[in-house]
Amino acid sequence: MALLEVSHLSKAFGGVKAVQDVSFSVDAGIIYSVIGPNGAGKTTLFNLVTGIYTPSEGEIRLEGRPIVGEAPHALARLGMSRTFQNLQICMNMSALENVMVGAHLQLNRNLLSAMLSLPSLARRDRQLREEAAELMRFTGLAAYLDTRADAMSYGALKRLEIARAMAARPKLLFLDEPAAGLNPKETEEIDELIRKIAESGVTVVLVEHDMKMVMNLSDRILVLDYGKKLTEGTAAEVRKNPDVIAAYLGAHA
Amino acid sequence: MKRLFHPGLVLLAILLALLPFTFGNSYYYDVAVRIAMNAVIVIGLNLLIGYAGQISLGHAGFIGIGAYATGILTTHAGWHPLAAMAAGAAVSALLAVLIARPIFKLKGHYLAMATLGLGIIISIIINNEGQWTGGPDGMSVPTLSLFGIDISGETRWYGLMAGLLLFSVWASLNLIDSPFGRALRALHGSEVASQVVGVDVVRYKVAIFTLSAVFASIMGSLSAHYIGFLTPGVAGFFHSIELVTMVVVGGMASVFGSVVGAAILTMLPQLLATLEGWETVAFGGILILTMIFLPRGLVPTLAAKFGRKA
Repeated sequence: MALLEVSHLSKAFGGVKAVQDVSFSVDAGIIYSVIGPNGAGKTTLFNLVTGIYTPSEGEIRLEGRPIVGEAPHALARLGMSRTFQNLQICMNMSALENVMVGAHLQLNRNLLSAMLSLPSLARRDRQLREEAAELMRFTGLAAYLDTRADAMSYGALKRLEIARAMAARPKLLFLDEPAAGLNPKETEEIDELIRKIAESGVTVVLVEHDMKMVMNLSDRILVLDYGKKLTEGTAAEVRKNPDVIAAYLGAHA
Repeated sequence: MKRLFHPGLVLLAILLALLPFTFGNSYYYDVAVRIAMNAVIVIGLNLLIGYAGQISLGHAGFIGIGAYATGILTTHAGWHPLAAMAAGAAVSALLAVLIARPIFKLKGHYLAMATLGLGIIISIIINNEGQWTGGPDGMSVPTLSLFGIDISGETRWYGLMAGLLLFSVWASLNLIDSPFGRALRALHGSEVASQVVGVDVVRYKVAIFTLSAVFASIMGSLSAHYIGFLTPGVAGFFHSIELVTMVVVGGMASVFGSVVGAAILTMLPQLLATLEGWETVAFGGILILTMIFLPRGLVPTLAAKFGRKA
């Protein structure tokens, strides 16, 4: 059974059909990429699968369990986590605290024990601080351990999103354009990081424009165009597909 | 327990212990008690406004519920003050939970309007239910007596309120640095980001709104005993605005800012009383200047200036 199964998924915004009848499945342990020209519906697809939007039609299953209509916070409980294309960092908090928020579900969230700072809660929190610092080192943010989020560079914030998503200990991690706006060296580092994440046993679903990165990393690739599935296959298969070439370079290329 | 030794908390404790030596007469105690009462309410409100990023323009309504629960239940029903206080807090909490679910689907100006309406409704009810509340004429409230000790006279009240203030500061500092508090601050920073890591945003907004309502209600009950006489103004719109102003002047998302804001805005009318009819003008002027020159509020601005975390 695939980890994630999406069947006949559609989403319309008024008259605009952003995603139309898209089906695909992601096996556990792989890196799965979604590509397509601008406006192809990649981010909409992400928002549908992660519960930000509700699909107009279609079915999504995580480990066989239907998840359409579940709120994002409920999906987090089932082992989904994600980053955002347009950064969603809590600028009112430190970098480390942003990562600590990622571990929300593993903690004692009781209001009264928090106010009274019960020893068990305080102990777990100290431990979490250490774990979050470890994740920041893992994502290459060792230099920002004591930094406020609003004092960090764009490239570092991109990694901070990944560190926060990893703190949730996901089975399935969605990365929405992790390399967008980064220079070639930074992109290479993100490439390396995604590989490390996949090796740690997390299934990664990636939306990315950087073709070199996608072709290098992906076990399978889904190509979208105008909200529809164009093709799906391994990097080698997708690269040779005439429809994909047409979509990227124009119909008569 | 580490935050028992939070430098700000220790400083506040020392200050509260030493202040009485500078007090010339009972008037100083009176002002200090009123400051402490406001400070506890403002700390609670700042958790909602400053930390969680939500607004309430109706919080005086909960003070009114606490105050009148105490007034009505102790005089008309002969309840013990603590039972009356608990009943007021329970009613406030229940109302807060029921109201918060629907209104925290709203954001920004709409949320402000909804909370404003809530406060006004409570205030109207207090005004109209004259047979219980005395209506606009007000009602008197008996002295607070705890465990056989009458809490009367400014020094005893000062001791009680200093203790409660220190507890509130301590508990709030704990809260904001806990998983619960981080979730609150995270939903302020980015709702969608906090959702995808598992924060049930509406639940947290409801919880913090309710907690701040309970803070307000309990202080309402205590102030009813302290002042000994209640008028509907306690639940009024202007009181709500005054509280929000204390949050803003002291500093959003700053526990000590709440104390400073409460202190300044409670003392200000006393200091400006000599200006006679002009005190509201001076009051407004100070507010405008604060907003222009210290938009983050006093304590966070000063803390940033001296390189310390508020």
